[in-house]
Amino acid sequence: MDILITGILLGATYSLIAMGLTLQYGVARIMNLANGEMLVAGAFGAFWVFTAQQASPFAAALVVVPGAFALNWLIYRYLLRPLVRRAKNRGMLEVDSILATFGMSFVLVGIMLMVFGGGYFTYSYLAEPFEILGSPFALNRVVACLVAVAISGLLYWGLNGTRTGMALRALAVDPAAAGLVAIDVPRMSAFSFALGGAVTAAGGIVLSTFLTMDASIGVVFTMKALIIVIMGGVGDVRGAIVAAVILGLAETAVASLIDPGLTLAAAYLLFVLVLLLRPEGLFGRRQS
Amino acid sequence: MSRAEIRSLTLAAAAFALLAFLPFLKDSGYLLSVSVSIAMYTVLATSWALFSGPTHYISLATAAFYGLGAYVVAAGIGAISYPLLLALAGTAGAVLALAVGVTTLRLTGVYFVIFTLGLAELIRQVVTWVQNNLTGSRGMYVFTEITERIIYWELLGLAALVYLVGWLVARSRLGFALHIIGNDELVAAHVGINSAAAKLILFVISGVFAAVVGAVMAPRYTYIEPSIVYSPELSFQVVIMALLGGAHRLWGPLVGVIPFALLWELIAARFPTQTVLLLGVAFLLIVYLIPHGVVGRIEFALERLRWGTRRG
Amino acid sequence: MAERTVLDVQSVVKRFGGLLAVDQLSFAVRQNEVLGLIGPNGSGKTTVLNLISGVFKPTTGDIYLDDRLISDRPARHIARAGVGRTFQLVRILPSLTVLENVMAGAVFGHKRLWGREARKYAERQLERVGMAHAMGMATAALTYIDEKRVELARALASDPRVLLLDEWLAGLNPTELQTGIALIRSLREEGRSIVLVEHVMDAIRSLCDRCVVMSGGVKIAEGAPAETLADREVIRAYLGDEDA
Repeated sequence: MDILITGILLGATYSLIAMGLTLQYGVARIMNLANGEMLVAGAFGAFWVFTAQQASPFAAALVVVPGAFALNWLIYRYLLRPLVRRAKNRGMLEVDSILATFGMSFVLVGIMLMVFGGGYFTYSYLAEPFEILGSPFALNRVVACLVAVAISGLLYWGLNGTRTGMALRALAVDPAAAGLVAIDVPRMSAFSFALGGAVTAAGGIVLSTFLTMDASIGVVFTMKALIIVIMGGVGDVRGAIVAAVILGLAETAVASLIDPGLTLAAAYLLFVLVLLLRPEGLFGRRQS
Repeated sequence: MSRAEIRSLTLAAAAFALLAFLPFLKDSGYLLSVSVSIAMYTVLATSWALFSGPTHYISLATAAFYGLGAYVVAAGIGAISYPLLLALAGTAGAVLALAVGVTTLRLTGVYFVIFTLGLAELIRQVVTWVQNNLTGSRGMYVFTEITERIIYWELLGLAALVYLVGWLVARSRLGFALHIIGNDELVAAHVGINSAAAKLILFVISGVFAAVVGAVMAPRYTYIEPSIVYSPELSFQVVIMALLGGAHRLWGPLVGVIPFALLWELIAARFPTQTVLLLGVAFLLIVYLIPHGVVGRIEFALERLRWGTRRG
Repeated sequence: MAERTVLDVQSVVKRFGGLLAVDQLSFAVRQNEVLGLIGPNGSGKTTVLNLISGVFKPTTGDIYLDDRLISDRPARHIARAGVGRTFQLVRILPSLTVLENVMAGAVFGHKRLWGREARKYAERQLERVGMAHAMGMATAALTYIDEKRVELARALASDPRVLLLDEWLAGLNPTELQTGIALIRSLREEGRSIVLVEHVMDAIRSLCDRCVVMSGGVKIAEGAPAETLADREVIRAYLGDEDA
């Protein structure tokens, strides 16, 4: 039961990260291998606000989220847009964007190492018990989950209830056709990529309240986000949420029953199962 | 075999023979250590490009195979003879490559990249866990009689082998098949090519080479722990060098390895704390400015020159 | 009509999610026969070719080549069994030369030639489609029509029993069209079976032995070109209800 609730709490936070990547990969068509670094950057922002400014880590969102949005917009506009233009087909864009964002991930790690050093970062925020169904859970995890659910809900409404959201969904289905119905594809792609980065950084803030981070841990989160997105089916928000909860449960189970050092192994195991059994995603339609 | 082929084979053999005498030079200490790292990256980058060049599948897992090979040696040294350990390392690399390849290579390239991205980190976690829980130590010592000279010769031999394999593949049906797969996988299937099998064979070849290189390099570390041999930077450097030179020609990666390895010695000595950042910047410069590598640039220039003279 | 059946499509259904692209389609192609597969845009013709060549598997139904079930095999096995095709949007291998493009068909198809033998075989196919002059050329220099010829030569290089041509004659000028029609006719005379997806009516009339007309994924008529093209339902499918 403890595993179930802790897993769901963790999974809700993961779904936020997966949404960030869905916006970047599913809509803007950029397989962003620097996604995890953006998350760690957000976490560092929260850490800095909490320790140096003595303020709630969630206050960091006021700076981190717009900052990440702007940074990702610039990255798309000046680094990725040329690749989109250079690419003759989707395959080429995939290879180029993978290589470019892989390089960016190292640049970001390098900058964070310079600014924050190579040590571990952790702080104690709301580390007090909170009772759910009679058993105690860390309050910070509960709060993190609620914040994540709130942001996800806002995004879901934004995607399904607004004009911009509709344009983004159209873009996700077919960029060429979206262009034909007067959607400004380059602008919306940039917006989507930037929004994805902002959401990811917000995810980093949320995760930092209860996880220990270091400058080079980004790749692990990139992996997790990618696994969730693929498990859920690319561009499928509902699938991503379910997949995130499954991953959260699997990791929590492995961490509490075997060893906390093996969470990535748990994620990989899930990944392999998905690739072998349902490569089209949990709710994807099988191409039979 | 044509005359031109015989000539280039002879030349290559002569070059290797000449390089084999390098350790006998006077005061060759520094030169030897640089040469070892150049030879190592040559084997890694060339075998990487054997697979990734024609297929455009980017493997980010070199460190996983390298570390695996090094660990096989670390675990077995003292109990098993060294040549046998090298063979075991190669076998372990093949098994890992098969497992990864069978799961991911029948799907699109993205799955493969993602899978390889975290592979080194995964193995690092597992090895750390095994060591903590079963052996109770963080690292392992590798004490051998093997000197740097021997390592150099071993790597030189591997380099010769990698070129030989690459040359044989390029002449074969398999090489032609890979070329077609890299162009258009749907057409490949429609002319009767088994894409998944062709890719798998090449991925296994590159995995075996990387694992054996790790095994060869193991004695040089003396102390091996997961964070040293499973470093993501190694995978990254290999990709950079291969791309810098050009992954579409057999000798392309070599053109990237030599300047980059030398530059890297310098950077690692001058700016030891900023290596990661500089690696990233170097990588971005290559991806944006020379997408087809130095070799691609040269070929392009030659092509233009030829056209120019023909017209003039 | 004593020729034996080579390709047999049996009640094939193909669904893409909720979309029914092909519904209970059956037809057979005999040796020495050109079958025209016609119908308005979006009627499922290209999907049928994709089902035969193995790009997709039928949701239900079977496809046989010489009585061997091929519809549950991957595309590469179908190609090796003797099905060759061209694509509606030409798929040339850009980084290979013209000759290498054609060799691809001879090396891995059921011919499995290699080296000089494969090269010579490919050269002869290029001559056949009138592209002998372009052998060593880079594909970037080819015109669209020449690309189509090279693609046909690649399909021929695998010596296919069944050849699937997806709008191969589209976009040709009148002279080229006559050459193209003569070429396809000569392929039939060699004993090959040809499935022709085509909109060029002149070509259909002069080439096809029979036609299968599709509309909305369903076969609405089958028979000799002259009579099927005059069929009321066929006219309605093409032109809409008012004109019928």
